[in-house]
Amino acid sequence: MNIPSNSFTNKDFTSDIKPVWCPGCGDFHVLLSITKALAALGRPPEDIAVISGIGCSSRIPAYTNCYGFHGVHGRSLALAAGLKVARDDLTVMVMSGDGDGFSIGGNHFLHACRRNIDMTYIVMDNRVYGMTKGQPSPTTEPDWDSALSPGGSGLNPFQPLVIALASGANFVAREFSGNIKSTTQTIIEAVKHPGFSFVEILSPCVTFRPDEKEWKKQVHSASVEETSDPAQAARRIMTDDGMNTGILYRGTRAPFKSKVSDEHGDINALEQDFEI
Amino acid sequence: MTTPPIAKKSVSISIAGAGGAGAMTAGGILLEAAGKSGWYGMMNRSVGPQIRGGEAAALLRLANHPVECMSEGFDLLIAIDWKNASRFAAEMPLKKTGLVIADPSAGDVPDAITAYGAEVIEVEIKKLAKSVPGGRENMVAAGLAAGFIGLSEDFLMEIINAKLARKGDAAVESSRLCLEAGLKAAAEIARNFEIGAADMKNKGRWLITGNEAVGLGAIRGGVRYAAAYPITPATEVLEWLSPALAKIGGALVQAEDELSSINMAIGASYGGRPSITATSGPGLSLMMESLGLAAAAEVPVVVVDVMRCGPSTGIATKSEQSDLNIAVYGFHGDAPHVVCAPLSVADCLYTGQWAVHLAEAMQVPVIVLSDQSLGQARVLMKRPVNLSFLANRKVYKQQSDEPYMRYAITADGVSPMAIPGTPGGQYTADGLTHSVRGTPSTQRSDQQNQMDKRHRKVADFDYGIHWGEVSGVGEELVILTWGSITAPAKEAIRTLNSEGIDVKLVAMRLISPFPKDALLEALQGAKRILIVEQTHAGQFHSYLRANCDLPGEIRQFHRPGPHLISATEITSQIRDWAQS
Ligand SMILES: Cc1ncc(C[n+]2csc(CCOP(=O)(O)OP(=O)(O)O)c2C)c(N)n1
Ligand code: SF4
Repeated sequence: MNIPSNSFTNKDFTSDIKPVWCPGCGDFHVLLSITKALAALGRPPEDIAVISGIGCSSRIPAYTNCYGFHGVHGRSLALAAGLKVARDDLTVMVMSGDGDGFSIGGNHFLHACRRNIDMTYIVMDNRVYGMTKGQPSPTTEPDWDSALSPGGSGLNPFQPLVIALASGANFVAREFSGNIKSTTQTIIEAVKHPGFSFVEILSPCVTFRPDEKEWKKQVHSASVEETSDPAQAARRIMTDDGMNTGILYRGTRAPFKSKVSDEHGDINALEQDFEI
Repeated sequence: MTTPPIAKKSVSISIAGAGGAGAMTAGGILLEAAGKSGWYGMMNRSVGPQIRGGEAAALLRLANHPVECMSEGFDLLIAIDWKNASRFAAEMPLKKTGLVIADPSAGDVPDAITAYGAEVIEVEIKKLAKSVPGGRENMVAAGLAAGFIGLSEDFLMEIINAKLARKGDAAVESSRLCLEAGLKAAAEIARNFEIGAADMKNKGRWLITGNEAVGLGAIRGGVRYAAAYPITPATEVLEWLSPALAKIGGALVQAEDELSSINMAIGASYGGRPSITATSGPGLSLMMESLGLAAAAEVPVVVVDVMRCGPSTGIATKSEQSDLNIAVYGFHGDAPHVVCAPLSVADCLYTGQWAVHLAEAMQVPVIVLSDQSLGQARVLMKRPVNLSFLANRKVYKQQSDEPYMRYAITADGVSPMAIPGTPGGQYTADGLTHSVRGTPSTQRSDQQNQMDKRHRKVADFDYGIHWGEVSGVGEELVILTWGSITAPAKEAIRTLNSEGIDVKLVAMRLISPFPKDALLEALQGAKRILIVEQTHAGQFHSYLRANCDLPGEIRQFHRPGPHLISATEITSQIRDWAQS
């Protein structure tokens, strides 16, 4: 790892705004891991943009001391793609929830993986819609009972890592919010890796999924080493219990190349095409 | 001694043929050659719903003065064949003095055409084309048209050479022979549709479509980023912008849908690059939520809506003005923004550039309501002048240790915007109601103050003379319209004025915020106002009525597409009223 020219601590990346989250929400830990990772990466806060959609998790930009954009529900990846292509010099972090990222924003997820723009996508997966007070999300178990879907949705859970891999993401990992050290390290790796990096962070919703407090006992590091071979990564995913953590895949696909620059080309040359 | 003004003359020609027959190519060559000859003109197309093939007609109007709409009737119809001609006969009414050139091998002239009472002369277009190896009927048709209107073969060949150079000498030669066969046939028929003296003083014509012009206007204004999702009839804006932006250090990115394209544009603009996207009604509907975000977070962005017949998929290839309501009222919440509309094809350049200037100056979303009749028409225009509308965003520069307040309350409502990368300017742009700092807030004062500020910056902005166009004669009888219907309205007024009926034109380029003072001033002395628009519901009329008390007696003339409201229809509305 390069020795950063500036030495920062996570405080330099943390704002003075008090989060709205419930006490004990996993997202506090995610915020801590992100700010620690950014400090370790060594770029100043003004060169980082944190982009999000809507949800408890998506509140995170304002809690950092970076540039932030809290957009509309589900469209954070598009907002971030526009920003990164227009401003390739920035480090772009996209933060989402499982509803925001996989349900209303599901289509953008596929195409962001395909497009492979150099940015890091972190989804705080709590397998529930927190902000709207407890409805099933795409990653919720089929038999999870709720007012909106009594007796459960009956639907097969969405597999974010499988989809990311199949859609062309260049870096795929899973972490647990409570494991701050390894989450921080994985975020550092994700940001440093060129192209589209996807990190699913299991982040308990203590209010609507109190059962998820057990996650800290259930998660375990993956028994298989990370790989740059998609076939091997796919095999590991086949035996995934949804609880194994660590880096799964680190691809070698060249990232999307932005051609936007500060140079101003000659508009007259464009206009000549219309002259007869 | 002053020379008397040259009489305004124009000739309207339609070349019809099945989709693959090349009618549009022939029309394009004639238009460009007319430009080289010092004339003006425009070309529209009539195409059916087929993806490829089906009917197509090139509708041309060539003139010795700049023209902005098709004329009242056609002088010349050259039919390569009659496939589906009856379907679009209504779109090309022939003058009684007109001429139809029909190929006898294509069968009888359809009743819908003969009903116009124009002279019909047979020319064996197919046979003439077949007599040339590799010959094509559309080049014979181009030669015929050129012969009747007095276009020089040299100019035509210059264009054909340039267009077909890649295909080799044989292709150029067979085109030349077909062209000459057409010219010769026209000479034998000896009917004269000459346009008159060309305007050679104003050389340097541009040949451009409305869709290209709006894109160029945006680039002139400072746009360097575009996001795109294809949709008829807006796709050409995007297809023109893509290589153009790449040449000047910008980029266009194809998105997965309009939910994405609008957000990409907003994201790029947040990053400091003036941004644009273009779409049509269905796409605009998808963008509305995020346009509200741009209004709340105060991020400049321009959306060009090239309107088509709606609702839903409607008629994708035909014009209408029926997105007025969604553009003005489609946002949820109170979301001050700007809606403007080009008044002619050439004005797409002006309005496109103005839109960027407005968006950037006020940090607001701007919707440009163009439409199919403007976007897909190709015109010969005078070389445009450079305009002073430039992207000039008020940006934050760190000056002191004072904490930065992104949404500071200012007199004009516009607050300096920090561009990512600027030290000390970090803030979170937010669609949540926020404090001056940008922090989410549920305080009554923040909702009130931020609303006031957003309203003020749009309401108090000085739109100057650009809000609209006022012309014509007199003040008592007025045609009040907007956008693309301005061109036929002007044409109607010219005719009426020449008949001694005084009519004034008031056309709105700025739709929202409603330019009440300027409009009412322009309507001073009005006793009768005819409101003209291409909608079924009379959206423009309702909008005007909701926003001001119009003086005098009001009538409305409105109908939906697919056929454009013509000058003739407007003329007869006014004549009836003037005589009553
Ligand atoms: C267009 C739109 N539809 C619905 C909502 C309501 N809404 C807000 S957050 C949310 C789901 C959030 O769930 P998730 O993304 O999992 O985030 P969490 O709150 O669990 O962190 C929904 C449906 C909205 N804000 N916008
Ligand atoms: S509702 Fe759940 S996800 Fe939202 S803040 Fe509370 S614990 Fe966190």
